[in-house]
Amino acid sequence: MSSTAQAIHHEEHRQSFFERWFMSTNHKDIGTLYLLFSFLMLFVGGGFAMLIRAELFEPGLQLMQPYFFNELTSMHGLVMIFGVIMPAFVGLANWMIPLQIGAPDMALPRLNNLSFWILPFAFALLLSTFFMPGGAPAAGWTMYPPLVLEGGSSIAFMIFAIHLMGISSILGSINIIATILNLRAPGLDLLKMPMFCWSWLITSFLVIAVMPVLAGAVTMMLFDRFFGTNFFNAAGGGDPVMYQHVFWFFGHPEVYIMILPAFGIISEVVPTFSRKPLFGYKAMVYATASIAFLSFIVWSHHMFTVGLPLGAEVFFMYSTMLIAVPTGVKVFNWVTTMWRGSLSFEVPMLWAIAFIVLFTIGGFSGVMMALVPADFQYNQTYFIVAHFHYVLVGGALFGIIAGVYYWLPKWSGHMYSNFWSKLHFWSSVISVNVLFFPQHFLGLAGMPRRMPDYNVAFADWNMVSSIGGFWFGATQLIFVGVVIHCVFFSKQKATARVWDHAYGLEWTLPSPPPHHSFTLPPVIDDSQLAHGDTSH
Amino acid sequence: MSGYSNLSWGVMTMSFSNCKRWVTGMAVAGSGLLTTLTAVADPVPWQMNLRKGATRISHDIWDLHMVALWVCVALGIVVFGAMFIAIIRFRKSRGAVAATWNHSSKLEFIWTLVPVLILIGLALPATFLTRDIYDTTGSQMTVKVTGYQWLWRYDYVSYDGKPVTKVPTIWSRLAWDSNTARQLGSGVSPYSVVSKNGDHDYLLDVTHPLVIPAGVKVRFLITGGDVIHGWWVPDFATKRDAIPGIMNDAWAKVDKPGIYRGQCYVLCGQDHSAMPVVVKVLPRAQFNAWLSAQENPVTLDKAARTAEVTPSKPGPAKG
Ligand SMILES: [Cu+2]
Ligand SMILES: [Cu+2]
Repeated sequence: MSSTAQAIHHEEHRQSFFERWFMSTNHKDIGTLYLLFSFLMLFVGGGFAMLIRAELFEPGLQLMQPYFFNELTSMHGLVMIFGVIMPAFVGLANWMIPLQIGAPDMALPRLNNLSFWILPFAFALLLSTFFMPGGAPAAGWTMYPPLVLEGGSSIAFMIFAIHLMGISSILGSINIIATILNLRAPGLDLLKMPMFCWSWLITSFLVIAVMPVLAGAVTMMLFDRFFGTNFFNAAGGGDPVMYQHVFWFFGHPEVYIMILPAFGIISEVVPTFSRKPLFGYKAMVYATASIAFLSFIVWSHHMFTVGLPLGAEVFFMYSTMLIAVPTGVKVFNWVTTMWRGSLSFEVPMLWAIAFIVLFTIGGFSGVMMALVPADFQYNQTYFIVAHFHYVLVGGALFGIIAGVYYWLPKWSGHMYSNFWSKLHFWSSVISVNVLFFPQHFLGLAGMPRRMPDYNVAFADWNMVSSIGGFWFGATQLIFVGVVIHCVFFSKQKATARVWDHAYGLEWTLPSPPPHHSFTLPPVIDDSQLAHGDTSH
Repeated sequence: MSGYSNLSWGVMTMSFSNCKRWVTGMAVAGSGLLTTLTAVADPVPWQMNLRKGATRISHDIWDLHMVALWVCVALGIVVFGAMFIAIIRFRKSRGAVAATWNHSSKLEFIWTLVPVLILIGLALPATFLTRDIYDTTGSQMTVKVTGYQWLWRYDYVSYDGKPVTKVPTIWSRLAWDSNTARQLGSGVSPYSVVSKNGDHDYLLDVTHPLVIPAGVKVRFLITGGDVIHGWWVPDFATKRDAIPGIMNDAWAKVDKPGIYRGQCYVLCGQDHSAMPVVVKVLPRAQFNAWLSAQENPVTLDKAARTAEVTPSKPGPAKG
């Protein structure tokens, strides 16, 4: 090992800042870049959310014209989905998958560099549309024609940005699949991998399957807008509903792309702090796979009011409800992992518990919305806004934060502040409910989504929600402080294992791990695997 | 939660008696439109739940919603309760020692099967109700609804088996007082937008509402004129996207006369929040009188036209 390691070591020292961060082929550095990028975007998309909640603080328009409000809601969605949640998961995958499977790096390191560096350009394009004549796209993140086609030429920039994001995530996913299938240490069978690797392996196939579908939909839109085609133009023989079918064929698997890796993280964190192996590891793998499969045949539940035939309504109701079964299995298994464990409540565990509760609440409203008749009352109201924020903030984002708190000491080699990270948690978990729970009430009372202004009867809950929003937003500044302190100022060294019951290959490396780890494959000891012995 | 629905029921009963008073007070044909219909179905401050609404379908949906809600609450109590007990009982700080088991086929079978059974229990009534929602047969009246940026157009197509040809199109846009108040920097408080009978109808009132008869199954043909809109009256549970090039149908049979309010629910551009749906449901005799007055504009009373502009304005009939 020594000669290669030394050669590499030498190379490291010669790397300039530019070389290290811009030309990097190292999975750890690229993982860091992904995470930093998504952290930055969290505050961009969060800033939009703050403006949205500020306008919705009271009835009447106080701050902005309604069109600008629509620009904000559209960009908030696009930034949060493609700029925060997805890159954060790819960042975690970059950092953790090679460490968890005992690989020296990602299988395709140069591609890895490319797939990250596409992103800043994509978002520069997307965000620049705010400064273009006609403003940013304002038809919602779902970009439904014909409305979206009324936008200025900025929609061409949005479409190109989406193409770039799609390329980035497809390349990232190809890399993850190649890494997991080819670079596992000898003896690390697929069914011995940590759940995080499993969830990402399955997610990668979803990404590869559906991002091209989105690219196709927005390309047809591009042609309709600029080249005189009529794919979605009824007056020219096209069909606006076809766009929705194509979009949601991408869109529903996309929501699982944004939650399955979080399932993986939670399945790592809960056993560690329960000091007990993950309950039903194989069931978890199969549940993840069935969720992924089912996610392809439920898309029209987003379209129950477009006038589908009765048979289609009923089919999509049943298929959607079916997803609740494997999802329920996951929740039951996490709870059972905790049952008769030896629990302690370090910060990652707190976030994981909050994840289970909030995600399950989002799942409940999801089941309610799967019921076609009930959805007629919920569709496009604040009820759905509450639902998907419970699963995307309480679910995906909380899962990411749990992962960051779980692995940050491993990455940085330092412990973070216990006090401030706990304050971050408690403040977040209370404010996120103040922010989103009242939105259920608003939706049930009949307030449609995507509205800058509303009747005075909706005023009270909107004000509560806005207060929760500002509180949640401000709380995330604590997160910035905790991370900066941990990386640059913390004096408290992290041990290799960090958490006393953390199992898996990543914990066999020192904290921080060397720049190039597992240059020789590790020897697999089944008792050291993340989820215990699964031989039976 | 039920307090709110009781509240709206109370309002509803009150308005119904108002209507009856007016019906007896105005026997003259052609003037029946001048009723004081209290809004029976406005959202109320701090409202937390669906309203039951005013149609059989909306009641059935409300029931389904409540069943689903309580099923979720029950499951939540089981799951979060188990978690809570684990958090209390199995703490390392209390000396808990972790068990080592990591799977149980029996348990996993149970919690796959039980949710399936619960879901079937929810899906069956939902299926039958969906069929009812889709069943537009036997309607006695057809109205075409077209969404435009940012107003609704209503055309009467047929009534009682006969085509309606002479009733002019109704153009239904945001009421002027709301429109003034909603402008950025208008200086007019949304709270000051109040109808004559004291309803806060900011952004929920229109120049000309759609008028339909009570107790009649009305079929709505819903389409879009420019972009996609959505026509929704929560208290009817009648909701369908208004899509250019596509004619959707939906229906409602409303027994209680009154004024029912909803909003466009599909993002349709800058004034998406400014295209409310207002439906005025008249007792059948009054509706017939209103319709024939519409068909013969000569006999259409001047006062009646004024009343059309402000639907909730109380006022005596002509003569
Ligand atoms: Cu979906
Ligand atoms: Cu509209």
